[in-house]
Amino acid sequence: MLQPTEAKRVLEAALLSASEPVAVGELKRLFAEDLGAETLRRLLEELREEWSGRGVELVSLASGWRFQTRAELRPFIERLRQERPPRYSRAVLETLAIIAYRQPVTRGDIENLRGVSVSASIMQTLEARGWIDVVGHRDTPGRPALYATTASLLDDLGLRSLQELPPLEEIARTVSLEAAPDAQPVAQDPSGDATASGGA
Amino acid sequence: MSAGAAAPVARIYGEPLVELPADLYIPPDALEVMLEAFQGPLDLLLYLIRRQNLDVLDIAMAPLTRQYLEYVEAMRARNLELAAEYLVMAAMLMEIKSRMLLPRPPAAPEAEQDPRAELVRRLLEYEQMKLAAQKLEALPQLGRDVFATTVLFERAAAQLPQVSVHDLVEAWQALLYRARLSAHHHISREELSVREYMSRILRQLRERRVLEFTELFDAARGVAVLVVTLLALLELARESLIDITQSQSYAPIYVRLAHAAAH
Repeated sequence: MLQPTEAKRVLEAALLSASEPVAVGELKRLFAEDLGAETLRRLLEELREEWSGRGVELVSLASGWRFQTRAELRPFIERLRQERPPRYSRAVLETLAIIAYRQPVTRGDIENLRGVSVSASIMQTLEARGWIDVVGHRDTPGRPALYATTASLLDDLGLRSLQELPPLEEIARTVSLEAAPDAQPVAQDPSGDATASGGA
Repeated sequence: MSAGAAAPVARIYGEPLVELPADLYIPPDALEVMLEAFQGPLDLLLYLIRRQNLDVLDIAMAPLTRQYLEYVEAMRARNLELAAEYLVMAAMLMEIKSRMLLPRPPAAPEAEQDPRAELVRRLLEYEQMKLAAQKLEALPQLGRDVFATTVLFERAAAQLPQVSVHDLVEAWQALLYRARLSAHHHISREELSVREYMSRILRQLRERRVLEFTELFDAARGVAVLVVTLLALLELARESLIDITQSQSYAPIYVRLAHAAAH
């Protein structure tokens, strides 16, 4: 019987050398004996505990477990990186939110909800990122494509399921200006930083 | 932009501004920025409503429509490309406004009869998604806020074939073998003729009848001659001109003329 300490070392090495999240079922194959999913999960939890306080952490995601850098270290890591990743425009983010919370939806649904046309480039941006895909077609004239979010989106946002998406807010009937700083587009940077400040 | 947006309160084009504008003030150069900032007519309406802390469920249609149209007109005056949705919304606002003026049957339920109901529903739904988008944006994102670790082990090694020392030896031997083959052609045509050595061997055998294999080789004359001699021997054997015999492994090898053996 493999010692738990040894099993954790194996899991650690396998997860650190994997470039994608690894599912528990996949991690089972590391061991000749059948450890059982429950045991594996317990070992993974212990491993996560052991890595707490380090610069990288072990996280559980939609498609498995992954080691990643801690979010709070981002400002430091960014100094080493030549290019900062571009932020998505509000149009892209709103489209993504609608697909995430209302899926499966057609492009027409999104346009109705946003009140503007959704450009093909927005959908392409999200599809190219692997965050949305076509899961079917609505049986209406034109058979429009139905879009849904992928496991990759959940992985990239650090979530295990759609249930972990931030809960939708009940919209207040009146909102003071202070509470909705992004409601003043003139005073905001048009690059989309308005959304970043709104999340605080 | 934030500095520019704060400026109108204190100073516009060098002129100090004494009091705040009562309504939406649009600096001439800011229009394009605003057009970029608003995500369509719903977004603009929400801005107009929320800016004045109006009750979204009880919108005063007249001032809202007036402000909206002012904004749209300002955009058109500046020849900004105005999305058709803005004009559709303008028409809808005016329609709602006019229906508000009509008397309603007192018996009818409020919700069904309020001409603003559909607009309010859309505004609330849009605002909900707008806020949801901000929350999604705030989540730590792979490649932006967190980075997957990659200890270099598997990817580089797994896709490349393994090479053992044995493979190298075999490859080298095959190379040598081919080199020898080409050396054969080279030698036979120009410097050393296998045919010539075949004759020489036959001549030796005619004198001695039986020769030990090693006697045929003269190591002093170099590797090339050794090789040509061997090739000549093999060629003679192939043409059944000589017999090469060995009684057992590692025993001496004897060479003799084939027709001599036949006797």
